[in-house]
Amino acid sequence: METRGQRTRHALITVWTLAVIVFLYLPTICIALASLTASRYFQFPISKWGLDWWAKTFNSIEIRQLLSTSITIALCVTVIAVVIAFFGALAFARYDWKGRSVYQKLILLPIFFPQSVLGLALLLWFSTLGLPLSWKTAVFAHLVWIVPVVTLVISIQVYSFDPALEEAAFDLGATRWQVLREVTLPVLFPGLFSGALFAFLLSWGNFPLSLFTTGADTTVPEYLYAKMVAGYTPGVPVLGTVSTIGATILLIGGYGLILAMRRAKTQDETGRT
Amino acid sequence: MALSQGTRSAIPVILFLLAGFAAPLMAVIWFSFMPPRSFSFAGTPTLENYATIFESTSYISFLWSLGLAVVTVVLLAAICYPVAYGLVRVFGKWATLLTLLFTIPLFVSENIRLYGWVLFLIKNGVLLGSLKSLFGLQLESMLFTVPAIVLGMVYVYLPFMLFPMTLGISMVPNETRDAAFDLGATRWQVFKEVELPLSMPGVVIGFLLTFVLAVGSIAEAKVLGGQSVIPITHDIEIAFTYSQNWPLGSALAVLLMLVVGTLVVLALRRFDLDTFLGRR
Repeated sequence: METRGQRTRHALITVWTLAVIVFLYLPTICIALASLTASRYFQFPISKWGLDWWAKTFNSIEIRQLLSTSITIALCVTVIAVVIAFFGALAFARYDWKGRSVYQKLILLPIFFPQSVLGLALLLWFSTLGLPLSWKTAVFAHLVWIVPVVTLVISIQVYSFDPALEEAAFDLGATRWQVLREVTLPVLFPGLFSGALFAFLLSWGNFPLSLFTTGADTTVPEYLYAKMVAGYTPGVPVLGTVSTIGATILLIGGYGLILAMRRAKTQDETGRT
Repeated sequence: MALSQGTRSAIPVILFLLAGFAAPLMAVIWFSFMPPRSFSFAGTPTLENYATIFESTSYISFLWSLGLAVVTVVLLAAICYPVAYGLVRVFGKWATLLTLLFTIPLFVSENIRLYGWVLFLIKNGVLLGSLKSLFGLQLESMLFTVPAIVLGMVYVYLPFMLFPMTLGISMVPNETRDAAFDLGATRWQVFKEVELPLSMPGVVIGFLLTFVLAVGSIAEAKVLGGQSVIPITHDIEIAFTYSQNWPLGSALAVLLMLVVGTLVVLALRRFDLDTFLGRR
């Protein structure tokens, strides 16, 4: 039974939550509005609308170069992070071993570390090793922060993994490799997939680590930052909007895919019994 | 002796973090003892950089960074608790959609989103421009002030408070709450004696995460604060880039790491991650 007090409280919570969501999306909306102005300077209310700046941005070779650098870094980070984190997650959540509780905490340290300081520390480290800065060093830098995050994401899936499945496969005579390919990977796939999604998007949006480790190669967030500090150009909101829309599509698409997979799986199971 | 399976699975991550996290930190610590303005590891260790810091006004930057972080954490706790509570107990099937909505901004580079606030707050921007054309109001912009920085930090780090808190609140069993109500507890008593203590792990993680991120933030003060406040991260960056004094920058970074590290270790020590993440 809902009492009247409870109903008011729930209504208040709903209103508050919606307000927070508006707060979260307000700046994104402002950027989208600014990208649709035809004039050189942003003024609200907008007097002249237009897509001129979108056309200009997309025809710029510099911008294409930025996008390709950002995507290359994000793809490399995704592949390497998922492989390392997959094993890391097994150690985190699947197996009982001696150093586990220490390991679980140590792996969190890079996440709980100020990223700008981490970026500078890596800059110092690369120069000590004599490595020239490029998008490759940026991949390494992103990984330091993203591998632990992805490990956690995959671990959550591993926790719900039933070790008896692997044991049964072994008892039926499967080899280590077969068990990994036929049992472990398919069961953990949703976790690996969301881990990959996280890795890609976090690398795509990262600024503090890129700032100190990309050298002459520039990523989208770095370029935007340089332009913001140097002075306004309507290319900034356009690129910002593109980046936002891209991330949203990826996230919703990926999320939809996971839901679809889950549904297919439950149907499969009910179909069999 | 053969290594256990767990150890073997942990090896890639451990090796990677040794090379990518532990080693760079060691390098920074070692560099902080090098003579000022040197660029090699070969110098004679000295405490000069630390002496310089303690004589300088760097402590003001430290205080600003810590102060802004504390304010951010307190505000976020107040903002996020009702939302997290709603996600767990009130919204039912809508909770998934709402969670997705809260997640999306996380993946957009924070300086893009901060720039959105600049466009919102700036003179003739979305807020002041609307007020002017609708009501003829002429107000001062709050851009480049301390409240603008706090706004930016609260905004950027909101999900990092919200999600751990949600996890924490979902750990409070319904039966325990119902039992407390049945025994005649008031709403406030249930919150204070049952919900808050049982959701503490999530709340603590949220506090810790947002605090650390806020202390280490650099873009908010630059983009929204317009250098009205210089946080410690900015001092460190200047030492590394503009003034080319790596040993001094390293020493500042070491001090920041000490503050943050102590806090994280203290908080994580009394914590069982298995029950938190795996709900076993």
